[in-house]
Amino acid sequence: MGMTITEKILAKAAGKKSVTPGENVWLTVDVLMTHDVCGPPTFQIWEREFGEKAKIWDKNKLVIFPDHYIFTADVHANRNVNILRQYADKYQLRNYYDVGTERYKGVCHIALAEEGYNRPGTVLIGTDSHTCTAGAFGLFATGVGNTDAAFILGTGKIWEKVPESMKFIFEGRMPQYLTAKDMILQILGDITTDGATYRAMEFDGYAVHQLNIDERMTLTNMAVEAGGMNGIIPVDEITQQYLAQREIWDYDVFESDADAKYHSVYEYNVETMEPVVAKPHSPDNSDLVRNVAGTKLTKCYIGSCTGGKFTDFYNAAKILQGKSVKVPTFAVPASTEVARRLRKESINGQTIEEILLEAGCVIAPSSCAACLGGPADTIGRSVDKDVVISTTNRNFPGRMGSKKSEVYLASPLTVAASAITGVITDPREVL
Amino acid sequence: MQKIIKGKVYVLGDNIDTDQIIPAEHLVYSLSDQEESKKYGHFALSGVPPQKAGLPRGNIPFIEGENYQSEFSIIVAGSNFGCGSSREHAPFALQMAGVQVVVAESYARIFYRNSVDGGFLVPLESEGKINQQFETGEQVEINIHRQTITRLRDGQTFKLKHPGDVLPIIEAGGLFEYARKSGMIS
Ligand code: SF4
Repeated sequence: MGMTITEKILAKAAGKKSVTPGENVWLTVDVLMTHDVCGPPTFQIWEREFGEKAKIWDKNKLVIFPDHYIFTADVHANRNVNILRQYADKYQLRNYYDVGTERYKGVCHIALAEEGYNRPGTVLIGTDSHTCTAGAFGLFATGVGNTDAAFILGTGKIWEKVPESMKFIFEGRMPQYLTAKDMILQILGDITTDGATYRAMEFDGYAVHQLNIDERMTLTNMAVEAGGMNGIIPVDEITQQYLAQREIWDYDVFESDADAKYHSVYEYNVETMEPVVAKPHSPDNSDLVRNVAGTKLTKCYIGSCTGGKFTDFYNAAKILQGKSVKVPTFAVPASTEVARRLRKESINGQTIEEILLEAGCVIAPSSCAACLGGPADTIGRSVDKDVVISTTNRNFPGRMGSKKSEVYLASPLTVAASAITGVITDPREVL
Repeated sequence: MQKIIKGKVYVLGDNIDTDQIIPAEHLVYSLSDQEESKKYGHFALSGVPPQKAGLPRGNIPFIEGENYQSEFSIIVAGSNFGCGSSREHAPFALQMAGVQVVVAESYARIFYRNSVDGGFLVPLESEGKINQQFETGEQVEINIHRQTITRLRDGQTFKLKHPGDVLPIIEAGGLFEYARKSGMIS
């Protein structure tokens, strides 16, 4: 019987001809990624468990990005980065991207793509739930905790239960007011936050293949918000072009068989879809932007691995150009590479950074910043009863800081349209 | 591992995410330093909105005052327990606070894996939402081997699901113990 892309990748990594959903397999890991929050405990568990003999299975396959708690005076947070630095030094880890150096990248999931670690057909495991982002490149990527990561660090192996796959097909031509964020928020509303638990989410269809890599990463990024083990998008010319620009030629392209078995199939037509928000306090509490239009805001936030990529700022800048924001608006480029492009690329002769600054946005240095609240001095953090509209991925109580605040999740177009009016605004009103 | 666990139950609802279990601002503490890691116990479940803390009544603190250990050693919750981030600090915080078993209708994958592989606590799944059958503070008994939970006030027993292939890892007390026992690592 036919297999899905996810099943084919897992079969290859398990050294088997085929696998079936529900089966437990041991996988050979191609890349292990960690960051400043989970890196130190991962190394500590690895040292404790493997003792004297502790040996990193393959240093070239270990990638470390400090990104979560970076620009803060919090002593404990800084200590974590210090611990990472010491490990990187002690074990001569060349894929360590230290903060305060030229090599500093910012948010891990975006940096993985930019630095060429996302190779189709491979297994990429990270100590972060949004590791599923990398699935946009047709690979199996999923998040784990410190113990699993420590086990990989010593053995290069992980056990995994082969997931059933769900397929999400988007047809039609993307309207200019719609983004990948609206597509994934729509799915979340339809299947809820546990609608894909222990399953693979495969995205396909004409509209998906029209999306650039940034937008595809928005889809796979939020697979975990539906409980998904991984999100995955078949490789096409756009993927291959992105890889070619980074001089990556060596990878395996898998396709789902025509007779592959799916748990369920959902079909959408983007031409009839409208901008969507997730209302407080859950990513599946979705509604059309026009139904909550007029809601008063105290803060707008454009950033994170979901909504802080180059395309996200490009979209926001289309609306912000020549306007000024009515409420404090924070722009946090996910990576230093994104920040560099904002200074370089322009719309109507003005760089995107100039557009954002002229509109009155506060641009912060690349990191996770207020996406996860963070220490009290984190820029853009929600305080007290803030009402925030944000391009991030989670709006659980307290996620962006204050437990009393309310967070709406939306596309960069919707956030930009709302920033210039001070109330939640449908981007169709201003485009 | 102990097969029978008796204790006071703490009841929660659906979608208890990792920010409610341990708010992100506390993730900076050391997990390996004995003294400092007690902070995780102290802040365990501190992100749960008060009206939803300790159902059905609510407003029952999981941790009293400056303590780092809770009087509740068993949690019974609804669906999608532990959704959100991959932080292993979440099951660790519950373990530090003294939780031995969580019974929920369903779990987010990473929380489930972390609980089992780290040997922090035993996550068991119920058939349907049995959290509505329990009151925070009452005594319950869990039989891990037979996968049951009993309400001691009237002896009513609820059958829980068999953990499947991961039972050997649960019984070994974690992934490393399991791997050593089965000869995968020395
Ligand atoms: S930007 Fe937010 S969601 Fe992405 S890795 Fe950082 S904290 Fe996690």
